[in-house]
Amino acid sequence: MLDLNNVSYDTMIPNNVGLSQDRRVLKALEKWHPGYINWWNDLIPQNFQESLVYLRTAVSVDPKGWAKFDYVKMPEYRWGILLAPAVEDRRIPCGEHAGQPAWQEVPGEYRAMLRRLIVIQGDTEPASVEQQRFLGKTAPSLYDMRNLFQVNVEEGRHLWAMVYLLQKYFGRDGREEADGLLQRSSGSEEAPRMLGAFNEETPDWLSFFMFTYFTDRDGKMQLESLAQSGFDPLSRTCRFMLTEEAHHMFVGETGVGRTIQRTCEAMNEAGITDPYEIDKVRALGVIDLPTIQKKLNLHYTLSLDLFGGEVSTNAANAFNAGIKGRYMENRIEDDHKLTGATYPVSEVAGDVIRVADAPALTAINMRLRDDYTRDAAGGVGRWNKIISKAGIDFELKLPHEGFHRQIGVFAGVPVTPEGRVISAEEWEAKRAEWLPTRADGDFIQSLMVPTFETGKYAGWIAPPKVGIDNKPGDFEYVKLHMA
Amino acid sequence: MTKPMKQHLIDPEICIRCYTCEMTCPINAIEHNDDNVVVDPDICNMCMACIPVCPTGSIDEWRVVREPYSLEDQYGWDELPEQEEFPATASEAETSIEAMDEAMAALLADAHKGAGGRARAPVSASKPTVNLYTISKPVEATVQGNYRLTGDDADNDVRHIILDFGATSFPVLEGQSIGITAPGTDAGGKPHLPRLYSVSSPRDGERPNYNNLSLTVKREPHGVCSNYVCDLKAGDKVAVTGPFGSTFLMPNDPEAKLLMICTGTGSAPFRAFTMHRRRTNPGATGRMSLFFGARAPDSLPYFGPLKKVPESALAKNFAFSRVAGQPKTYVQDKLREQEEAVAELICDPATHVYICGLRGMEEGVEKALSNIAESTGTQWLALRDTMREEGRYHVETY
Repeated sequence: MLDLNNVSYDTMIPNNVGLSQDRRVLKALEKWHPGYINWWNDLIPQNFQESLVYLRTAVSVDPKGWAKFDYVKMPEYRWGILLAPAVEDRRIPCGEHAGQPAWQEVPGEYRAMLRRLIVIQGDTEPASVEQQRFLGKTAPSLYDMRNLFQVNVEEGRHLWAMVYLLQKYFGRDGREEADGLLQRSSGSEEAPRMLGAFNEETPDWLSFFMFTYFTDRDGKMQLESLAQSGFDPLSRTCRFMLTEEAHHMFVGETGVGRTIQRTCEAMNEAGITDPYEIDKVRALGVIDLPTIQKKLNLHYTLSLDLFGGEVSTNAANAFNAGIKGRYMENRIEDDHKLTGATYPVSEVAGDVIRVADAPALTAINMRLRDDYTRDAAGGVGRWNKIISKAGIDFELKLPHEGFHRQIGVFAGVPVTPEGRVISAEEWEAKRAEWLPTRADGDFIQSLMVPTFETGKYAGWIAPPKVGIDNKPGDFEYVKLHMA
Repeated sequence: MTKPMKQHLIDPEICIRCYTCEMTCPINAIEHNDDNVVVDPDICNMCMACIPVCPTGSIDEWRVVREPYSLEDQYGWDELPEQEEFPATASEAETSIEAMDEAMAALLADAHKGAGGRARAPVSASKPTVNLYTISKPVEATVQGNYRLTGDDADNDVRHIILDFGATSFPVLEGQSIGITAPGTDAGGKPHLPRLYSVSSPRDGERPNYNNLSLTVKREPHGVCSNYVCDLKAGDKVAVTGPFGSTFLMPNDPEAKLLMICTGTGSAPFRAFTMHRRRTNPGATGRMSLFFGARAPDSLPYFGPLKKVPESALAKNFAFSRVAGQPKTYVQDKLREQEEAVAELICDPATHVYICGLRGMEEGVEKALSNIAESTGTQWLALRDTMREEGRYHVETY
């Protein structure tokens, strides 16, 4: 009998989808596998490939035993294919087919739409590993290095998850799309990654933490809405990915939080009370709070762009088809069809920003983005608690949705972080106050010196409050290979 | 006073509000608002399904309370409240978090009472996982092996039993126990209660990085569970609960010194302590002492393997009470023989004392320690209480 909770290791690819009994897909994946390993090996610097990293590997989809921790060399990580357990008699949760049994095979009429959604999601997974490829060299501690690699291997596993769906359900086009995922490359001139934010390099650790907090959170929201899909294999795949994604959120939130914590501590030790005494704060070897606000402005707004246009017929079609639901669709109490419902959407008329009701069906992206903003605001509130606890008068804020946008109704509109439309000249003149400058980047870069001694942390970041897997503070999270 | 209860809470300072626990909870006991994620004390049945999925560890928090914190209380928190103090007279079974299962908590409280007060874990101990598997939802382990440890002619039958947990997570620390339930029912037709067995292997497994652990079990005449366990064969399936115990743990601090005093199968946790130290810090010397009592060498579990551990890593003192032609010697006699070394150890703030074995050993051992302390002008009860308060004095007897 097929054990669908525990992972089977009877093929090269650990899985709980009975791969050994599915010769066609197994063969296709085994053919794809060497290309994946080459991609990984070319990416991560060699001495890290040889190092033993204390990683979590998913071993079961049962919550109690879902993962185990152990030292692993990254190229030997068991990237597997894991689907959350099937929900008995699951129904399509939304759209015109709401209430009908969930699809176990791709519905022909939505094949192209589904494939596109899976490819876009899949494309972001390897992209972020590419963006972060050099960060290991400047890790502020072995703990942080381990967290980076954990995020990296799990993004790799998420790529596998999407590739499985493509290979299993989309025949020849699926195979070609799976190959394409390894051919495109972040920042490449000829074949860039599909979404803009995934073609920017992640130059330093604060950027990495901001990226995992803000941009991976977009990924989380996308996974949440795909977990509501009427196409059951996609739903089950995404539900399992969310458990891993939670760890990425954790790395981002605590990474930024620990950076803030250290800045506040250093200010207090030096008796600096004014957070705007930037030069004095920087002289302490920590990142001043106004610069952290600028980094937040940048990463938050780039991430908002990932949600696409506020009003979108593509999004409406996906919802209506039952392919992509809303955030926590199963907990929303309405008709799940949005017939006649409206949703408030922002508009720009001259220099006035106003809110108007749009059909809720076409405003699906807007709604998900609002859910995202609410989710993201929580962590910002917790960062502010660190600052106020330290007795420093400063508050981080999420900028207005119209600030620094490239996509949607605000694209190119000069809006201040407070939400006022101003002239383009005025906006440009203020740019350096709102967004990180090259000099800010250079300063942050100057702090990025590796700290590879067990239990030690770079001067700009506080140690974590609790270790991974309940490990003590001086645990050797990475046994570095020194070649 | 109403009976205290153990309440499951989430640390709002550490939690990142990913709601993975809420999605995982099979009975919807977890909910959130814009501030906090909270656990409804009226619904939570401590099934522990939410514990392993949490990315931060903030989910694994417990308080013993007279009145449970309401959802409103929990929504209002910026940080967790401290554990409220209970009077020294309060029942340890009810006011500790060594186990969530009441019967198991009572067994452990009874085993620890020889320490003379509330047990505390060593400061540098790892955080233990407690009661991941309950009586109503045990985990199934497979017997990998069952080996007799005592000589063929010895008058007791002590077994080394290895259990494998396959793909199921069973995180255990040295010093913790597991519960095993013998199949069948008692004379009154009720299912048997689990028996506690101290784990004798280190946290990374009997074999490093294998998901297994070992037990040291003595066959008791008419003992339902011990006979069941001692008769297990490789391949048999066993229902296991636990892990249990949150104080009888070893310090992670490699500089800490361990003074381990045991009889018979009380050696189980010390085998685990020693193996953990030998695996993580193989070169360390002079930081572990063992006083081990048995009737004779062939009835002393692990006598052979123990002799192979170099004296520099583990100072060994064996006491035998039934060797023909030799005077009866007990562990307390060996302690007195080594008076100077023991005195130096117990007065050293780096030392952690552990006593484990039959209840009968307690009195003699404590008397010997008391005499040794007082010979140096130190008041024993005050010293013992200080050590215990600092998590450095541990008793587990049965």
